[in-house]
Amino acid sequence: MNTTAKLVRLHVDGVAVEAPVGASVAAAIAQVTLRCGRRPGGGARAPLCGMGVCFECRVRIDGIDHQRACMTIVREGMRVETAMEPAHG
Amino acid sequence: MAEHYDVLVVGAGPAGLAAADAAAGHCARVGLLDAQATLGGQVWRRDVRAEAPRMARHAFHAVESRTNIARFTQTQIVAATDNELLVEQAAQAHTLRYDKLVLACGARELLLPFPGWTLPGVFGAGGAQALVKQGWPIAGKRVVVAGSGPLLLAVAATLRKHGASVAAICEQASAKQLAAFAGALWRWPQKAAQAIALRSALAGVPYHAGAFVRAAHGDTQLRAVEVQIGKNRRRIDCDHLAVGYGLVPNVELAQLLGCALDHDGRHPCVEVDEDQRTSLANVYAAGEVCGIGGRDSARIEGAIAGHAAVGATQAAQALRSAQRHARRFSALLETRFALDARIRELATDDTIICRCEDVTWSALNDFSDARAAKLQTRCGMGACQGRICGTALAELGRFPRGGPRPPIFPAWLATLAEADFASTPN
Repeated sequence: MNTTAKLVRLHVDGVAVEAPVGASVAAAIAQVTLRCGRRPGGGARAPLCGMGVCFECRVRIDGIDHQRACMTIVREGMRVETAMEPAHG
Repeated sequence: MAEHYDVLVVGAGPAGLAAADAAAGHCARVGLLDAQATLGGQVWRRDVRAEAPRMARHAFHAVESRTNIARFTQTQIVAATDNELLVEQAAQAHTLRYDKLVLACGARELLLPFPGWTLPGVFGAGGAQALVKQGWPIAGKRVVVAGSGPLLLAVAATLRKHGASVAAICEQASAKQLAAFAGALWRWPQKAAQAIALRSALAGVPYHAGAFVRAAHGDTQLRAVEVQIGKNRRRIDCDHLAVGYGLVPNVELAQLLGCALDHDGRHPCVEVDEDQRTSLANVYAAGEVCGIGGRDSARIEGAIAGHAAVGATQAAQALRSAQRHARRFSALLETRFALDARIRELATDDTIICRCEDVTWSALNDFSDARAAKLQTRCGMGACQGRICGTALAELGRFPRGGPRPPIFPAWLATLAEADFASTPN
């Protein structure tokens, strides 16, 4: 396994993290917290399907809500917020 | 302005890659679309910390080296007509026109509800593999892998390679069924070799047949699972659970287009003829979307569809016997990994069924069809559009999924206003 992969630096809930090039935002978030937002009933949720189907991993990325963390690749300087308000749709 | 392609291929897994390569080999102008950031689909998803398998590298290279294949990654299809797709890429809408369309949309996991399945730390089985391949920090974590099918071994091996401690693998199929499956594998020597390699990579990991997860426990996140192993119940402490009960074809786009579906099983698949043509003359389908059969049938069917779509019938015909052999594996999977009926009865009254809208099992008591349940409880009305709960309810025998309506994925309002889509071409 290649353990010398290049790293990208980004912020998750204000915490600086590094993730390998090509990593998903979901993976970067997991270094800081297991939770991605809440559902209408108030329960905390985290990634489930890992492939863009379940929408459980929606977060705010660079100010834009409802981005699927598992489908988005980390970029240098990205700012991710997991505390997106529950919303329909 | 709308772009035009001779052949558009939806999905860049083994089937879509083969279809694009085959069609482009006959000089067609091909567009290859996928929602993911890189080629490969689920089975060949790139591992950010390891090299892709040789077969995958060859398939990527074949497509990437052809100048007549345009690749659209991170591209989501929102709506479709018989000659156009409305797609969204980086929040921008585009209309892509086609003469022939190849649906290689693949499959998703069958995720079934049980008490605690919404706890952070519970993943799908293939879901866990996908997340870990894309950098999810799993080293040192205790993981239980559960559910059904050959995928479980591949998942456990990937997690272990990345440093996870696999506490147990729980396969719901009985030891007798597994023995029958293993006994039939000699007809697919590559798969047999793969199975042997996986078992050796998993040496020392407890493997239980006839075992399934009854419940997940934890406060704010997963701490332990309760498993049924034969007649005994056991609690296993863990940080993650990777649980999936096999795969379900992604038929939404085919359904939206009006392709005939085969409804014989609990989950529909797309009907095709021996050229992989659907009930619509200019739409083909290949791979998992035609029924779960695995990588090998997907590659062959993709190639057949790619050839047939550009009228190269001889090249398509030459692959038919290989396709029939590869497809026999589907039937083997279906019989040997048939679900234990108890797994369909795990949800209790307060178990959430629709994860997007927090609709519980008991809230669905009074409903016998998906539409009424949706209107009254919002079940299936959330962002996943019923892909998770609708599929689960169909598997549980409650009611079949309702048909999809555009947009088939959540889209930006500006996308829905895209002027070129469904307008009359000049």
